[in-house]
Amino acid sequence: MRYAIIGAGPAGVVAAETLRARDSGGEIILLGGEAEPAYSRMAIPYLLAGQIDESGTYLRHTQGHFESLSIQYVQDLVKALDVESRRLILKEGGSVEFDRLLIACGSHPVKPQIEGLDQPGIHHCWTLEDARSIAKYATAGSRVVLMGAGFIGSIIMEALVRRKVKLTLVEMADRMVPRMMDQTAGNLIKQWCIEQGVDVKTSTRVKAVTPDSSGKARYLLETDGAGEIPADLVVVATGVRPTIGFLAGSAIETRQGVVVDDHLQTSVKGIYAAGDVCEGFDWNSGNRAIHAIQPVAAETGRLAALNMSGCKTLYTGSLAMNVLDSIGLISTSYGAWQGKAGGDDAQQLDASRYKYIKLQFEEDRLIGAITLGITEHVGVLRGLIQSRIALGEWKQRLVRDPSRIMEAYLAKTQ
Amino acid sequence: MGWHKKVLRVNLTDGSCNAEPLNMRWASEYLGQRGLATKYLLEEIDPQVDPLSPDNKLIFATGPLTGTMASTGGRFSVVTKGALTGAIACSNSGGYFGAELKFAGWDMVIFEGRALSPVYLLIKDDSVELLPADDLWGRSVWETDEILHRRHQDPQLRIAAIGQSGEEGVLFACVVNDLHRAAGRSGVGTVMGSKNLKAIAVRGTQGVKVKDPARFMRVVNEKKQILAENAVTGQGLPTYGTQVLMNVINEVGALPTNNAADVQFAGASKISGEAMHEVRASDGKANLIANKACFGCTIACGRISRIDKTHYTVVNRPEYWGASGGLEYEAAWALGAATGVDDLEALTFANFVCNEQAFDPITFGSTLGAAMELYEMGLISDADTGGTALKFGSAEALTKMAELVGKGEGFGKILGLGSKRLCEKYGHPELSMSVKGQEFPAYDPRGIQGMGLTYATSNRGACHLRSYTVASEILGIPEKTDPLATEGKAGLVKAFQDATAAVDSTGLCLFTTFAWSLDDFQPQVDAACDGEWSLERLSEVGERIWNMERQFNLAAGFTGKDDTLPKRLLKDAAKTGPAKGRVNGLDQMLPEYYQLRGWDDAGVPTQETLSKLGL
Amino acid sequence: MLRSLSIEPEKCTGCLQCEMACSYENEGVFNPAKSRIKVFVFEREGRNVPYTCTQCADAWCKNACPTEAIQINAATGAKEINNGLCVGCKVCTIACPFGTVNYNHATGKVIKCDLCGGDPACAKACPTQAITFVDADWTGYSKMRNWAQRTDTQSSAQV
Repeated sequence: MRYAIIGAGPAGVVAAETLRARDSGGEIILLGGEAEPAYSRMAIPYLLAGQIDESGTYLRHTQGHFESLSIQYVQDLVKALDVESRRLILKEGGSVEFDRLLIACGSHPVKPQIEGLDQPGIHHCWTLEDARSIAKYATAGSRVVLMGAGFIGSIIMEALVRRKVKLTLVEMADRMVPRMMDQTAGNLIKQWCIEQGVDVKTSTRVKAVTPDSSGKARYLLETDGAGEIPADLVVVATGVRPTIGFLAGSAIETRQGVVVDDHLQTSVKGIYAAGDVCEGFDWNSGNRAIHAIQPVAAETGRLAALNMSGCKTLYTGSLAMNVLDSIGLISTSYGAWQGKAGGDDAQQLDASRYKYIKLQFEEDRLIGAITLGITEHVGVLRGLIQSRIALGEWKQRLVRDPSRIMEAYLAKTQ
Repeated sequence: MGWHKKVLRVNLTDGSCNAEPLNMRWASEYLGQRGLATKYLLEEIDPQVDPLSPDNKLIFATGPLTGTMASTGGRFSVVTKGALTGAIACSNSGGYFGAELKFAGWDMVIFEGRALSPVYLLIKDDSVELLPADDLWGRSVWETDEILHRRHQDPQLRIAAIGQSGEEGVLFACVVNDLHRAAGRSGVGTVMGSKNLKAIAVRGTQGVKVKDPARFMRVVNEKKQILAENAVTGQGLPTYGTQVLMNVINEVGALPTNNAADVQFAGASKISGEAMHEVRASDGKANLIANKACFGCTIACGRISRIDKTHYTVVNRPEYWGASGGLEYEAAWALGAATGVDDLEALTFANFVCNEQAFDPITFGSTLGAAMELYEMGLISDADTGGTALKFGSAEALTKMAELVGKGEGFGKILGLGSKRLCEKYGHPELSMSVKGQEFPAYDPRGIQGMGLTYATSNRGACHLRSYTVASEILGIPEKTDPLATEGKAGLVKAFQDATAAVDSTGLCLFTTFAWSLDDFQPQVDAACDGEWSLERLSEVGERIWNMERQFNLAAGFTGKDDTLPKRLLKDAAKTGPAKGRVNGLDQMLPEYYQLRGWDDAGVPTQETLSKLGL
Repeated sequence: MLRSLSIEPEKCTGCLQCEMACSYENEGVFNPAKSRIKVFVFEREGRNVPYTCTQCADAWCKNACPTEAIQINAATGAKEINNGLCVGCKVCTIACPFGTVNYNHATGKVIKCDLCGGDPACAKACPTQAITFVDADWTGYSKMRNWAQRTDTQSSAQV
């Protein structure tokens, strides 16, 4: 059996290792699109912050890890997929034949339609190469504008603050991390960041980026609402999109991402998808969803590989979950944190101490949560949601005091 | 090491909270907790102040071993001038609060002045905030605990609070922490209430370090082993709690009953530790549901009980159906024998209320016993009590009055004065079973002679925890003495008082002394604390503390004449049991005690004694 | 045979000696806030429940780690944090459905139970044998294991 895996991120690497564990004789080809060892994008902010060196971002640290597992690690981009002939066409001219394929090529950042974003000195913060470029300009005291205060932007923000730059954060939405945090939490995070010295401008749109003719700064950002902002470096973190362009014209069904079934198989038999590129199901609603997060990447990589190797394993959907450290203020969100029609919620807010917890229930089960300023035992929120524990009398206790999540879990399980 | 060397000073009048270095010279002379806090109090207030005035101070103090791995290392003391007594007050508590305060980096918190309106103190490590408590005022300890946990979203927050009794000026209000552990005696909660301080909530993440960790770990493990192998700390206390004593003390004829009219109680076995284990006919369950340890304690004498849901006290009151702190011996005696009530469930309910509203069950039970005697004499009427017949043996009277005292309402207001003021009010001061204004607890000095001297000379008013000679006279620890003899008791009391004062200053629990002597504390203290801590030095610390407390009381206006006992114990002989025909022979012990102490005939420490102790 | 922590809550008195022992063993200081084992007190039920990582087979924490900072100790079976590789991203803290991986603000890394390398300090310190270190197939432990499996609804193998 010959397995090919497109993408050497967490989903691809976990899949390759899982395949090897299941099938000692099969041929495994892992394709990485960048001229780097397999690494974790999630670690890039820590590299930028100077907490680790480049090797700290590597997914595997043992010398010769892939060789020792007889996994061929090929550094090349896939240009096209020929479903008929079960063949991948590579950018450098070669091709790879496969019996089973995993599409785990992740996502790529997108630039908004704004005039002037194609100039040098304007970067995404997505690849190691991006990080090297940013590190060059993001030095102590330099003026940096970060566009986008979503999850990724907020993580990069932390790294830039550690580099002691003079940072302005511009976000179109009315709060920070709008897709992970509600109004209350998003505003508290904004308030916190401002207190830590970041100039946060929400509800602000960048209209154009032009070279600063006065010569005082490299660029001037023209905004709608916040005037002109000078910048020596602009980092664009306005969103990512699954990388599906090379599948155009193939028989693989795509919508936002690669559509998979409940075994992570695509519309073509023998071809699977995992990680950020994969459009699976939301665990709560059962609706189509892309949860581009590390735990889901690792989990779908593992499940897809099990299925590819013949061990039929059901994929029941992905639970959205995120954790964010905004200059020391830690927040998490889980599942259906927006709540559900007919459900109810419980919340407790201590704005002056930046503490907040909000739980969402459907009947007496927890379906989603947001926390701010709470780090102890937060994982149990996943346990409560994922186990669909009927909380019984503990629901009322949680409504009275939502911070007693760990006790609720223990009371119902131990 | 051991100490954080840091004191938090909170001025409630101007709202300031400041850190200051711990006076390490005093720490080297008074160790910590009881001794050190008393030193601060003596230095900082005029002993003659009105205890309820803003000039009094209130100190929450840990010991150097609080928050360490030494067994029972979770103690703290609340030190102030007592509201009930006007004497030095030092009430010791366990639970988790003390260790948490230590983990937050504080050896002591000193409250001074009085807040304009109710406040509570929130401590999270170095972050300290004085916050409005208007919405907590008028609430019980239990409600306050729940509200603060919810508000601050931290299940690990440890809370010490007063209940309504402390707000309403009940003179024996206590400070309850962790829902059912109490700094119980002398009205320390009343002082807290007078300062408009409702609660202290603390969370600590800094930990505690000791001088020589490897030696400390070795020593504390050895000492834990001794506790585990000892019959009292390894078996008796874990099985029955302190309630192991109820039947024992009744049998030796030293269980003060019906306001100490008798020394044996017919209903003793029904309210004993054994009874708490028995399956109830009503619901097929036992009163006792679990043992509970305080922080770091390997003994676990604490009791967790649940009241029978069908009992009249809680029927239709589900808020009392949950488990909570069960009866300990002194409480069971006070709520039971002292009032003649033998209904275990009623006692448990009254005990819950004592915790819920934070008042001392010993003084409450004894005061109610006195009120019952006055009622039966016709001096207190149904009109006074609001219609409740205060008859000995009436469970209804007990539970009704507990609730009234808890809220400081109706006749509860009168009972809230304590027995001394109550009996004076009704013209029979001799019926108050108190010394220096504080009621004596569960050991009748006619049957246990040494306890007479213990009560008479206790610096915080009558108390068993200042020299627990019961250990020697009844249990034979460290050696058996005759409970009916007075010979040798002066020396025994002095030795116990000094050792106890030292133990109460370490951060460890006095109950370890059933198995440990000062020799066992010494290596633990020495491995934890800066400096050299020899046995001699530790003993001297104890004696120094005792004399310092005495100085406080003398300066507060007490004299040797206050070293006495209620007339009943000195004149009315025990009617039954082994002590039948006996009164307490205080006059045979007290002069020798003064002499051994190095005090003059009036009970005043001589100059020589003071300079010997560096006072 | 691998050994595991067996926890019997009905024997626990809530003394927290385990938390002290854990923090002392791992951090060199008596500090329950840094303990990998935690006793939860259920006041109304009169129950004390010690709780820590079960070293579950699913290893949610390990699988979620983006930098291979959580590894299995072959001798003990424990999932251990490699502080050199941990970047403090906290993903494991939200991925562990048992809530037993916690972020340590002081170090910027995460902490979890590592069975003290095969001789857990908590079990040695427990005065009532509520926490013991026993063969992995001991019944008390299988109860926790069952829960570990029940939580594993994201992937129910149909083999």
